Amino acid sequence: MELLEIKNLVVQYSVGRDVVQAVNGISLTVKEGATIGLVGETGAGKTTTALSVMGLVPNPPGKVKSGEILLDGEDLLKKSNKEMRKIRGKDIAMIFQDPMTSLNPVMTVGEQIMEVIQLHEKISRQDAQKKACEMLELVGIPGQRYGEYPHQFSGGMKQRVIIAIALACNPRLLIADEPTTALDVTIQAQVLDMMRRLKETYKTAMILITHDLGVVAEVCDQVAIMYAGEIVEKGTLEDIYESPRHPYTIGLFQSIPDLDVESERLNIIPGMMPDPAALPEGCNFCERCQHATEQCKKQPPVVRLSDTHEVQCFLAQDEKGGE
Amino acid sequence: MGKLLEVKHLKKYFPTKSGMLHAVDDVSFSIEEGKTLGVVGESGCGKSTLGRVILHLLPLTEGTILYNGKDISNPSKTELHELRRNMQMVFQDPYSSINPRQSVAEIIGEPLKVYRVCKTKAEYHERVRELMDIVGLPERYEHSYPHELDGGRRQRIGIGRALALNPRFIVCDEPVSALDVSIQAQILNLMMDLQEERNLTYIFVTHDLSVVKHISDDIMVMYLGVVVEKSAARALFEKQLHPYTKALLSAIPRAKLGGARNRILLKGELTSPIEPPKACRFAVRCPYATDRCAQEEPTLEEVLPEHYVACHYVKEINRL
Repeated sequence: MELLEIKNLVVQYSVGRDVVQAVNGISLTVKEGATIGLVGETGAGKTTTALSVMGLVPNPPGKVKSGEILLDGEDLLKKSNKEMRKIRGKDIAMIFQDPMTSLNPVMTVGEQIMEVIQLHEKISRQDAQKKACEMLELVGIPGQRYGEYPHQFSGGMKQRVIIAIALACNPRLLIADEPTTALDVTIQAQVLDMMRRLKETYKTAMILITHDLGVVAEVCDQVAIMYAGEIVEKGTLEDIYESPRHPYTIGLFQSIPDLDVESERLNIIPGMMPDPAALPEGCNFCERCQHATEQCKKQPPVVRLSDTHEVQCFLAQDEKGGE
Repeated sequence: MGKLLEVKHLKKYFPTKSGMLHAVDDVSFSIEEGKTLGVVGESGCGKSTLGRVILHLLPLTEGTILYNGKDISNPSKTELHELRRNMQMVFQDPYSSINPRQSVAEIIGEPLKVYRVCKTKAEYHERVRELMDIVGLPERYEHSYPHELDGGRRQRIGIGRALALNPRFIVCDEPVSALDVSIQAQILNLMMDLQEERNLTYIFVTHDLSVVKHISDDIMVMYLGVVVEKSAARALFEKQLHPYTKALLSAIPRAKLGGARNRILLKGELTSPIEPPKACRFAVRCPYATDRCAQEEPTLEEVLPEHYVACHYVKEINRL
């Protein structure tokens, strides 16, 4: 069953005279209970995609130009602010990147969890309080710490509180934007382990935004690789990790220092991401791609390699045509 | 090749309201010229403080630092001025460690002005262009300001500035952790090339074991201000002996399928570094800890040749 369907989403930011093309026509489907990893580097448009789903793209300067975001077949982009407020936190919840700044410093953590519950459920204060305590226990924080303030918690603990807030109303879709990037590795392992367990228990669908292909391999079933506002390749975990086809995906894997292999130099992708206010014609990656030819100056086609594996590249089309 | 830097029983304490914070507690090591020592640990383990104390950006509390055989533990102002010519630093955050009101050429050229290296203006400009070329910054950025450049290029400015005086020794404090992977690889390759060309000696401070594996000859793992394991990089990645190092390495998510590895999940978090008890600092989180670990502080001992570990039960745990 499809829970969320994004169709040809285009989001732009107007900065002075420039138009920054943050998201350029991406399509993505999230099935119920599935976890999809949205991978890309800074400026690839991952967070903007997530904010569009939440209806939180800052406007101005941002604007959703076209496309549809369907939750259970209903277009979220057509909803009023009031309707969106009912959906946010209840049907779709989001975990933000920086646990240090996404909590309110002058409210106790318990009250912050309670706030969501009271907003979305008809529930007495006592019951909400009880539920907030349960949520804290669920993410591994003793319920007695209900009345403490965010500054009394460490980074990993704060991120747990944020996860508790996000899960408080049993959302059907959870968007996690770099949930462990700000944490140390041993703490990251704890938080990832917890997220995986909670996901299995509650069957929550999840979009995990990250730049870390290692984190994706641990948590996700599907992967979408983003580059300069487009999804250049998507497929199951096996598709992407075992037979990546887009030159960018391949380059991304090669530039990760490998712990198990001895090598002197790292492979690099030459150059850097194009300025999103002045994207090249045709394929956005062509300036850094070693396989680029004349035809890459035109918009590359989306090639279906299998039922699950799609790649946006002329190279794949040529190879497929030759078979 | 001789030892370029030797550090003996270095301590750095910070006074706080609730007592002394032991940021670096009795750390000793040495680096040979042209080699890289990787210092690894999580936030709060004292790795950055260690780098800063060595460069005298922070005064040390106790201990000795020998540079080229000469004691530089308490240098005078003039001595320090001379030392800085040879010892430089690349900082973590390429956004806040360079002056936003100076152009690229001014930032890279500033050390040259401070040390009056160039006799003529023409020589100065030539040297700045040469440095920009070395770190891979095209000449057209000469008059650009940092805000016009992305993180990777800004970090190149930071490296260019550190290289300006032809130093022999550079402390790199998380130089790539603020960068994207594809850019991170570019910067790491640049730093390795520079080391080879100029026989530079690095201390490479990072939280990322996969980065440090790539660039280091020796690795030192720190936990709450103390060194828990120290060995050649290759030996450490082949076999980790300290329980913390084992957990740290197993916690890294690998970009590979079939991740059903034996992950060691640590309980709890870092304990407080303020007035730590005389005990193993890792004991609270250690799966092997006994009463002895809570009473007696382990010392760093040579368990295998050139492989030092601070753990009471290292032999039992690893069946040595």
